[in-house]
Amino acid sequence: MERAGIPTAVITNLVSIAEQVGAPRIVRGGGIPYPAGDPELKPDAERAWRRRLVQRALDVVATPVERPTVFEVPTTNKPEATEAARA
Amino acid sequence: MRVVHYLNQFYAGLGGEEAASLEPRVVAGPVGPGRLLDQLLGELSGGAHRIAATVVCGDDHAAATAGVTERLLELVREQGAELLLAGPAFGSGRYGLACARLAAAGTAAGLPSIAAMHPDNPGLGEAGRAPVVAAGASAREMRPTVARLAAAAVRLAAGEELTGSDGRVSRTVRLGRIVERTGAERAVALVLRRFAGETDVTEIPLGGFDAVDPAAPVDTPAGALVALLTEGALVPAGNPDRLESARATRWLRYDVAGLDTLAGGEWESVDGGFATTAANADPNRLVPLDAARALEREGYLGRLHGEVLVTVGNGTTVATARRFGIEWGARLRKAQVQAAILTAT
Repeated sequence: MERAGIPTAVITNLVSIAEQVGAPRIVRGGGIPYPAGDPELKPDAERAWRRRLVQRALDVVATPVERPTVFEVPTTNKPEATEAARA
Repeated sequence: MRVVHYLNQFYAGLGGEEAASLEPRVVAGPVGPGRLLDQLLGELSGGAHRIAATVVCGDDHAAATAGVTERLLELVREQGAELLLAGPAFGSGRYGLACARLAAAGTAAGLPSIAAMHPDNPGLGEAGRAPVVAAGASAREMRPTVARLAAAAVRLAAGEELTGSDGRVSRTVRLGRIVERTGAERAVALVLRRFAGETDVTEIPLGGFDAVDPAAPVDTPAGALVALLTEGALVPAGNPDRLESARATRWLRYDVAGLDTLAGGEWESVDGGFATTAANADPNRLVPLDAARALEREGYLGRLHGEVLVTVGNGTTVATARRFGIEWGARLRKAQVQAAILTAT
Protein backbone atom coordinates (compact mmCIF):
# COMPACT_ATOMS: atom_id res chain seq x y z
CA MET A 1 0.00 0.00 0.00
CA GLU A 2 2.70 2.44 1.03
CA ARG A 3 4.71 1.37 -1.99
CA ALA A 4 1.72 2.23 -4.15
CA GLY A 5 1.87 5.74 -2.72
CA ILE A 6 -1.02 5.34 -0.26
CA PRO A 7 0.04 6.21 3.30
CA THR A 8 -1.44 3.47 5.49
CA ALA A 9 -1.80 3.36 9.26
CA VAL A 10 -1.58 -0.23 10.50
CA ILE A 11 -3.54 -0.59 13.74
CA THR A 12 -2.24 -3.65 15.55
CA ASN A 13 -1.05 -4.89 18.89
CA LEU A 14 1.72 -6.93 17.34
CA VAL A 15 3.80 -3.80 16.88
CA SER A 16 7.13 -5.62 16.96
CA ILE A 17 6.09 -7.83 14.05
CA ALA A 18 4.76 -4.83 12.14
CA GLU A 19 8.10 -3.10 12.71
CA GLN A 20 10.11 -6.15 11.67
CA VAL A 21 8.27 -6.52 8.37
CA GLY A 22 8.78 -2.83 7.70
CA ALA A 23 5.30 -1.31 7.92
CA PRO A 24 6.11 2.42 7.96
CA ARG A 25 3.15 3.71 10.02
CA ILE A 26 2.10 1.63 13.02
CA VAL A 27 -0.54 2.55 15.61
CA ARG A 28 -0.79 0.46 18.76
CA GLY A 29 -4.28 -1.02 19.01
CA GLY A 30 -6.47 -2.21 21.86
CA GLY A 31 -5.71 -5.91 21.75
CA ILE A 32 -4.62 -8.65 19.39
CA PRO A 33 -8.15 -9.98 18.70
CA TYR A 34 -9.73 -6.50 18.75
CA PRO A 35 -7.27 -3.92 17.38
CA ALA A 36 -9.94 -1.19 17.45
CA GLY A 37 -11.68 -2.14 20.66
CA ASP A 38 -11.29 -2.90 24.35
CA PRO A 39 -14.07 -5.04 25.83
CA GLU A 40 -12.89 -4.14 29.34
CA LEU A 41 -14.10 -0.59 28.92
CA LYS A 42 -17.68 0.47 29.35
CA PRO A 43 -19.41 0.88 25.97
CA ASP A 44 -19.27 4.69 26.04
CA ALA A 45 -15.64 4.75 27.10
CA GLU A 46 -14.74 2.17 24.46
CA ARG A 47 -16.40 4.19 21.72
CA ALA A 48 -14.61 7.31 22.89
CA TRP A 49 -11.29 5.47 22.90
CA ARG A 50 -11.90 4.02 19.41
CA ARG A 51 -12.62 7.50 18.18
CA ARG A 52 -9.26 8.71 19.54
CA LEU A 53 -7.60 5.68 17.93
CA VAL A 54 -9.03 6.44 14.48
CA GLN A 55 -8.29 10.12 14.92
CA ARG A 56 -4.70 9.19 15.71
CA ALA A 57 -4.52 6.92 12.65
CA LEU A 58 -5.76 9.81 10.51
CA ASP A 59 -3.10 12.11 11.99
CA VAL A 60 -0.51 9.43 11.26
CA VAL A 61 -1.30 9.23 7.54
CA ALA A 62 -0.77 12.98 7.47
CA THR A 63 2.63 12.62 9.18
CA PRO A 64 5.89 12.07 7.29
CA VAL A 65 7.95 9.03 8.37
CA GLU A 66 11.27 7.69 7.18
CA ARG A 67 11.27 4.24 8.74
CA PRO A 68 8.87 1.96 10.63
CA THR A 69 7.48 4.21 13.35
CA VAL A 70 5.16 3.29 16.21
CA PHE A 71 2.54 5.83 17.29
CA GLU A 72 0.76 5.50 20.63
CA VAL A 73 -2.78 6.64 21.28
CA PRO A 74 -3.25 8.96 24.22
CA THR A 75 -4.81 6.77 26.89
CA THR A 76 -6.23 9.56 29.05
CA ASN A 77 -9.01 8.23 31.27
CA LYS A 78 -8.38 4.70 30.15
CA PRO A 79 -7.01 3.23 33.43
CA GLU A 80 -9.75 4.86 35.47
CA ALA A 81 -12.36 3.79 32.98
CA THR A 82 -11.02 0.25 33.09
CA GLU A 83 -11.18 0.25 36.87
CA ALA A 84 -14.66 1.66 36.76
CA ALA A 85 -15.70 -1.09 34.40
CA ARG A 86 -14.31 -3.72 36.72
CA ALA A 87 -15.75 -2.19 39.87
CA MET B 1 8.07 -17.07 -35.59
CA ARG B 2 5.72 -14.17 -35.21
CA VAL B 3 6.43 -12.74 -31.78
CA VAL B 4 4.09 -10.53 -29.76
CA HIS B 5 5.63 -8.57 -26.90
CA TYR B 6 3.84 -7.37 -23.75
CA LEU B 7 4.84 -4.10 -22.02
CA ASN B 8 3.35 -1.81 -19.39
CA GLN B 9 2.51 1.81 -20.11
CA PHE B 10 5.84 3.05 -18.85
CA TYR B 11 8.11 0.94 -21.05
CA ALA B 12 5.80 1.48 -24.02
CA GLY B 13 6.44 5.20 -23.64
CA LEU B 14 2.79 6.01 -22.96
CA GLY B 15 3.25 7.63 -19.56
CA GLY B 16 4.18 7.05 -15.94
CA GLU B 17 1.97 6.59 -12.88
CA GLU B 18 -0.57 9.07 -14.22
CA ALA B 19 -1.20 6.61 -17.08
CA ALA B 20 -1.37 3.48 -14.89
CA SER B 21 -5.10 3.07 -15.60
CA LEU B 22 -4.49 2.79 -19.35
CA GLU B 23 -6.65 0.10 -20.96
CA PRO B 24 -5.20 -2.66 -23.15
CA ARG B 25 -4.07 -1.59 -26.61
CA VAL B 26 -1.96 -2.82 -29.49
CA VAL B 27 1.00 -1.00 -31.01
CA ALA B 28 2.50 -2.17 -34.32
CA GLY B 29 6.02 -3.60 -34.20
CA PRO B 30 8.50 -3.38 -31.33
CA VAL B 31 8.64 -0.39 -28.96
CA GLY B 32 10.83 0.59 -26.01
CA PRO B 33 12.89 -2.39 -24.81
CA GLY B 34 11.16 -4.37 -27.57
CA ARG B 35 13.50 -2.75 -30.10
CA LEU B 36 16.56 -4.30 -28.49
CA LEU B 37 14.71 -7.57 -27.97
CA ASP B 38 13.67 -7.62 -31.62
CA GLN B 39 17.22 -6.89 -32.75
CA LEU B 40 18.70 -9.69 -30.62
CA LEU B 41 15.97 -12.15 -31.63
CA GLY B 42 16.71 -11.37 -35.26
CA GLU B 43 20.46 -11.86 -34.79
CA LEU B 44 20.11 -15.12 -32.86
CA SER B 45 17.59 -16.64 -35.26
CA GLY B 46 18.90 -15.35 -38.57
CA GLY B 47 15.84 -13.16 -38.89
CA ALA B 48 13.40 -16.00 -38.25
CA HIS B 49 11.82 -14.49 -35.13
CA ARG B 50 10.65 -10.90 -35.15
CA ILE B 51 8.33 -8.82 -32.97
CA ALA B 52 5.20 -8.16 -35.02
CA ALA B 53 3.24 -6.22 -32.42
CA THR B 54 3.33 -4.98 -28.85
CA VAL B 55 0.40 -5.30 -26.47
CA VAL B 56 0.34 -2.64 -23.76
CA CYS B 57 -1.67 -2.19 -20.56
CA GLY B 58 -1.43 0.23 -17.62
CA ASP B 59 -0.10 -1.29 -14.40
CA ASP B 60 -3.13 -0.48 -12.24
CA HIS B 61 -5.54 -1.68 -14.89
CA ALA B 62 -3.57 -4.90 -15.38
CA ALA B 63 -3.30 -5.66 -11.68
CA ALA B 64 -6.81 -4.76 -10.56
CA THR B 65 -9.29 -5.48 -13.36
CA ALA B 66 -11.25 -8.72 -13.54
CA GLY B 67 -10.83 -10.54 -16.85
CA VAL B 68 -7.94 -8.37 -18.01
CA THR B 69 -5.59 -11.32 -18.59
CA GLU B 70 -8.11 -12.97 -20.92
CA ARG B 71 -8.53 -9.69 -22.77
CA LEU B 72 -4.77 -9.26 -23.17
CA LEU B 73 -4.37 -12.82 -24.43
CA GLU B 74 -7.16 -12.18 -26.92
CA LEU B 75 -5.26 -9.16 -28.27
CA VAL B 76 -2.07 -11.23 -28.46
CA ARG B 77 -3.95 -13.92 -30.41
CA GLU B 78 -5.48 -11.36 -32.78
CA GLN B 79 -1.95 -10.33 -33.75
CA GLY B 80 -1.29 -13.89 -34.90
CA ALA B 81 1.24 -14.61 -32.16
CA GLU B 82 3.27 -17.81 -32.37
CA LEU B 83 5.41 -16.79 -29.42
CA LEU B 84 4.59 -14.43 -26.53
CA LEU B 85 7.26 -12.56 -24.56
CA ALA B 86 6.29 -10.45 -21.53
CA GLY B 87 8.47 -7.92 -19.77
CA PRO B 88 11.11 -7.66 -18.41
CA ALA B 89 9.25 -6.46 -15.33
CA PHE B 90 12.41 -6.30 -13.13
CA GLY B 91 11.24 -5.77 -9.51
CA SER B 92 7.97 -4.01 -10.37
CA GLY B 93 5.10 -5.81 -8.61
CA ARG B 94 2.06 -4.84 -10.65
CA TYR B 95 3.94 -5.24 -13.93
CA GLY B 96 5.34 -8.58 -12.74
CA LEU B 97 1.86 -9.87 -11.91
CA ALA B 98 0.60 -8.85 -15.33
CA CYS B 99 3.54 -10.48 -17.17
CA ALA B 100 3.29 -13.69 -15.13
CA ARG B 101 -0.48 -14.02 -15.54
CA LEU B 102 -0.35 -13.36 -19.26
CA ALA B 103 2.49 -15.87 -19.78
CA ALA B 104 0.61 -18.41 -17.64
CA ALA B 105 -2.56 -17.92 -19.69
CA GLY B 106 -0.63 -18.16 -22.96
CA THR B 107 1.12 -21.35 -21.88
CA ALA B 108 -2.15 -22.88 -20.67
CA ALA B 109 -3.70 -22.08 -24.06
CA GLY B 110 -0.84 -23.75 -25.92
CA LEU B 111 0.94 -20.56 -26.99
CA PRO B 112 4.66 -20.72 -26.15
CA SER B 113 5.19 -17.86 -23.68
CA ILE B 114 7.96 -16.48 -21.48
CA ALA B 115 7.92 -13.74 -18.85
CA ALA B 116 11.02 -12.02 -17.48
CA MET B 117 11.27 -10.54 -13.97
CA HIS B 118 13.49 -10.40 -10.90
CA PRO B 119 13.40 -13.63 -8.84
CA ASP B 120 11.91 -11.66 -5.88
CA ASN B 121 9.06 -10.23 -7.96
CA PRO B 122 5.74 -11.26 -6.34
CA GLY B 123 4.43 -12.02 -9.82
CA LEU B 124 6.63 -15.08 -9.98
CA GLY B 125 4.13 -17.15 -7.99
CA GLU B 126 1.44 -16.40 -10.58
CA ALA B 127 3.31 -17.82 -13.55
CA GLY B 128 1.67 -21.25 -13.39
CA ARG B 129 3.46 -23.54 -15.85
CA ALA B 130 4.96 -20.71 -17.87
CA PRO B 131 8.72 -20.29 -17.87
CA VAL B 132 9.97 -17.10 -16.22
CA VAL B 133 13.57 -16.04 -16.81
CA ALA B 134 15.49 -13.89 -14.37
CA ALA B 135 15.72 -10.15 -14.84
CA GLY B 136 17.88 -7.77 -12.86
CA ALA B 137 16.37 -5.78 -10.00
CA SER B 138 15.99 -2.63 -12.08
CA ALA B 139 16.14 -1.31 -15.62
CA ARG B 140 19.84 -0.60 -15.16
CA GLU B 141 20.24 -4.27 -16.09
CA MET B 142 18.15 -3.99 -19.23
CA ARG B 143 20.71 -5.23 -21.74
CA PRO B 144 21.80 -8.50 -20.07
CA THR B 145 18.17 -9.19 -19.13
CA VAL B 146 16.87 -8.71 -22.66
CA ALA B 147 19.77 -10.81 -23.99
CA ARG B 148 18.76 -13.64 -21.64
CA LEU B 149 15.12 -13.34 -22.66
CA ALA B 150 16.01 -13.41 -26.37
CA ALA B 151 18.22 -16.50 -25.97
CA ALA B 152 15.52 -18.28 -23.96
CA ALA B 153 12.94 -17.34 -26.61
CA VAL B 154 15.01 -18.90 -29.35
CA ARG B 155 15.35 -22.11 -27.32
CA LEU B 156 11.63 -22.26 -26.53
CA ALA B 157 10.76 -21.57 -30.16
CA ALA B 158 12.89 -24.61 -31.07
CA GLY B 159 10.66 -26.69 -28.81
CA GLU B 160 13.16 -27.08 -26.00
CA GLU B 161 12.36 -27.06 -22.29
CA LEU B 162 13.82 -24.06 -20.43
CA THR B 163 15.87 -24.86 -17.34
CA GLY B 164 17.98 -23.10 -14.74
CA SER B 165 20.80 -22.74 -17.26
CA ASP B 166 18.53 -20.50 -19.35
CA GLY B 167 18.04 -18.31 -16.30
CA ARG B 168 14.67 -19.89 -15.57
CA VAL B 169 13.48 -18.96 -12.07
CA SER B 170 9.89 -20.18 -12.20
CA ARG B 171 8.79 -23.61 -11.09
CA THR B 172 10.67 -26.42 -12.76
CA VAL B 173 10.39 -30.15 -12.54
CA ARG B 174 12.30 -31.50 -9.54
CA LEU B 175 14.39 -34.55 -10.19
CA GLY B 176 15.46 -36.92 -7.44
CA ARG B 177 19.15 -37.57 -6.99
CA ILE B 178 21.29 -39.64 -4.67
CA VAL B 179 23.24 -37.64 -2.09
CA GLU B 180 26.08 -38.95 -0.01
CA ARG B 181 24.77 -38.01 3.43
CA THR B 182 21.28 -38.49 4.83
CA GLY B 183 19.08 -35.61 5.93
CA ALA B 184 19.78 -36.45 9.59
CA GLU B 185 23.53 -36.24 9.05
CA ARG B 186 23.25 -32.97 7.18
CA ALA B 187 20.95 -31.53 9.86
CA VAL B 188 23.45 -32.35 12.63
CA ALA B 189 26.26 -30.89 10.56
CA LEU B 190 24.24 -27.68 10.11
CA VAL B 191 23.57 -27.41 13.84
CA LEU B 192 27.27 -27.84 14.60
CA ARG B 193 28.15 -25.11 12.12
CA ARG B 194 25.58 -22.86 13.77
CA PHE B 195 27.10 -23.54 17.20
CA ALA B 196 30.41 -22.53 15.67
CA GLY B 197 28.95 -19.14 14.88
CA GLU B 198 27.87 -19.55 11.25
CA THR B 199 24.31 -18.40 11.89
CA ASP B 200 23.30 -17.97 8.26
CA VAL B 201 23.88 -21.48 6.93
CA THR B 202 20.82 -23.29 5.59
CA GLU B 203 19.81 -25.69 2.84
CA ILE B 204 16.51 -23.91 2.35
CA PRO B 205 16.81 -20.14 2.22
CA LEU B 206 13.62 -18.37 3.28
CA GLY B 207 12.32 -15.37 1.43
CA GLY B 208 13.04 -12.15 3.29
CA PHE B 209 10.97 -9.03 3.79
CA ASP B 210 11.91 -6.23 1.47
CA ALA B 211 12.29 -2.65 2.58
CA VAL B 212 9.30 -0.41 1.89
CA ASP B 213 9.76 3.25 1.12
CA PRO B 214 7.10 5.12 3.12
CA ALA B 215 4.55 6.99 1.05
CA ALA B 216 4.33 10.74 1.32
CA PRO B 217 1.71 11.81 3.88
CA VAL B 218 -1.60 13.41 2.91
CA ASP B 219 -1.79 17.16 3.57
CA THR B 220 -4.69 16.79 5.96
CA PRO B 221 -7.09 13.93 6.69
CA ALA B 222 -9.92 16.45 6.34
CA GLY B 223 -9.31 16.59 2.60
CA ALA B 224 -8.59 12.91 1.98
CA LEU B 225 -10.53 9.93 0.66
CA VAL B 226 -9.70 7.19 3.18
CA ALA B 227 -10.24 3.42 2.95
CA LEU B 228 -10.64 0.91 5.77
CA LEU B 229 -8.87 -2.43 5.30
CA THR B 230 -8.44 -5.49 7.48
CA GLU B 231 -6.63 -8.79 7.52
CA GLY B 232 -8.95 -9.91 10.33
CA ALA B 233 -11.38 -11.76 8.03
CA LEU B 234 -14.47 -9.66 8.78
CA VAL B 235 -17.25 -10.80 6.45
CA PRO B 236 -21.05 -10.66 6.36
CA ALA B 237 -22.60 -13.19 8.77
CA GLY B 238 -22.63 -16.63 7.25
CA ASN B 239 -19.52 -15.90 5.16
CA PRO B 240 -21.37 -15.92 1.82
CA ASP B 241 -18.17 -15.68 -0.22
CA ARG B 242 -16.44 -18.46 1.70
CA LEU B 243 -13.32 -16.57 2.75
CA GLU B 244 -10.73 -18.99 4.13
CA SER B 245 -10.09 -18.91 7.88
CA ALA B 246 -6.36 -19.38 7.25
CA ARG B 247 -3.87 -19.42 4.38
CA ALA B 248 -5.81 -16.98 2.27
CA THR B 249 -5.70 -17.33 -1.48
CA ARG B 250 -7.91 -14.34 -2.15
CA TRP B 251 -9.38 -11.15 -0.76
CA LEU B 252 -12.87 -9.68 -0.81
CA ARG B 253 -14.47 -6.27 -0.76
CA TYR B 254 -17.66 -5.26 0.98
CA ASP B 255 -19.85 -2.25 0.38
CA VAL B 256 -20.25 -0.10 3.48
CA ALA B 257 -21.51 3.05 1.80
CA GLY B 258 -24.44 4.34 3.85
CA LEU B 259 -23.58 2.21 6.90
CA ASP B 260 -22.89 4.07 10.15
CA THR B 261 -21.72 1.04 12.07
CA LEU B 262 -20.99 -2.65 11.68
CA ALA B 263 -23.73 -4.35 13.67
CA GLY B 264 -23.05 -7.46 15.72
CA GLY B 265 -24.91 -10.40 14.20
CA GLU B 266 -24.65 -8.93 10.72
CA TRP B 267 -20.88 -9.27 10.42
CA GLU B 268 -18.50 -11.87 11.78
CA SER B 269 -14.82 -12.69 11.71
CA VAL B 270 -13.95 -16.09 10.27
CA ASP B 271 -10.27 -15.74 11.18
CA GLY B 272 -9.03 -19.05 12.54
CA GLY B 273 -6.07 -17.48 14.29
CA PHE B 274 -7.61 -15.66 17.27
CA ALA B 275 -10.65 -15.73 19.56
CA THR B 276 -13.30 -13.85 17.62
CA THR B 277 -15.88 -13.50 20.42
CA ALA B 278 -15.15 -9.84 21.20
CA ALA B 279 -14.93 -8.85 17.52
CA ASN B 280 -18.17 -10.64 16.69
CA ALA B 281 -20.00 -8.98 19.60
CA ASP B 282 -19.02 -5.58 18.16
CA PRO B 283 -17.41 -5.80 14.69
CA ASN B 284 -16.32 -2.15 14.99
CA ARG B 285 -13.60 -3.52 17.28
CA LEU B 286 -12.10 -5.09 14.19
CA VAL B 287 -13.00 -2.51 11.55
CA PRO B 288 -13.68 0.86 13.23
CA LEU B 289 -16.43 1.98 10.88
CA ASP B 290 -18.51 3.68 13.57
CA ALA B 291 -15.68 5.96 14.67
CA ALA B 292 -14.53 6.64 11.10
CA ARG B 293 -18.07 7.53 10.06
CA ALA B 294 -18.49 9.90 13.02
CA LEU B 295 -15.19 11.61 12.17
CA GLU B 296 -16.28 11.88 8.53
CA ARG B 297 -19.52 13.53 9.61
CA GLU B 298 -17.61 16.04 11.71
CA GLY B 299 -15.22 16.81 8.87
CA TYR B 300 -12.09 15.44 10.55
CA LEU B 301 -11.94 12.81 7.80
CA GLY B 302 -12.64 14.03 4.26
CA ARG B 303 -14.56 11.06 2.89
CA LEU B 304 -14.69 7.37 3.68
CA HIS B 305 -14.20 5.00 0.72
CA GLY B 306 -17.34 3.00 -0.06
CA GLU B 307 -15.84 -0.45 0.28
CA VAL B 308 -13.84 -2.26 2.94
CA LEU B 309 -11.14 -4.63 1.63
CA VAL B 310 -10.86 -7.85 3.60
CA THR B 311 -8.61 -10.86 3.73
CA VAL B 312 -7.30 -13.20 6.40
CA GLY B 313 -3.70 -12.80 7.50
CA ASN B 314 -3.65 -16.04 9.47
CA GLY B 315 -0.93 -18.27 8.02
CA THR B 316 -1.03 -16.44 4.71
CA THR B 317 2.30 -16.62 2.88
CA VAL B 318 4.39 -13.50 2.43
CA ALA B 319 4.28 -13.93 -1.34
CA THR B 320 0.46 -14.04 -1.33
CA ALA B 321 0.23 -11.10 1.05
CA ARG B 322 2.53 -9.07 -1.19
CA ARG B 323 0.30 -9.85 -4.14
CA PHE B 324 -2.78 -8.72 -2.15
CA GLY B 325 -0.96 -5.52 -1.24
CA ILE B 326 -0.21 -4.80 -4.87
CA GLU B 327 -3.78 -5.55 -5.93
CA TRP B 328 -5.24 -3.44 -3.11
CA GLY B 329 -2.90 -0.58 -3.92
CA ALA B 330 -3.85 -0.67 -7.59
CA ARG B 331 -7.57 -0.89 -6.88
CA LEU B 332 -7.52 1.94 -4.35
CA ARG B 333 -5.41 4.14 -6.60
CA LYS B 334 -7.95 3.67 -9.39
CA ALA B 335 -10.63 4.82 -6.94
CA GLN B 336 -8.39 7.79 -6.04
CA VAL B 337 -8.13 6.73 -2.40
CA GLN B 338 -5.40 8.79 -0.75
CA ALA B 339 -4.87 7.08 2.60
CA ALA B 340 -5.81 3.88 4.39
CA ILE B 341 -6.30 2.44 7.84
CA LEU B 342 -5.49 -1.27 8.05
CA THR B 343 -6.38 -3.23 11.15
CA ALA B 344 -4.23 -6.28 11.80
CA THR B 345 -4.76 -9.01 14.38
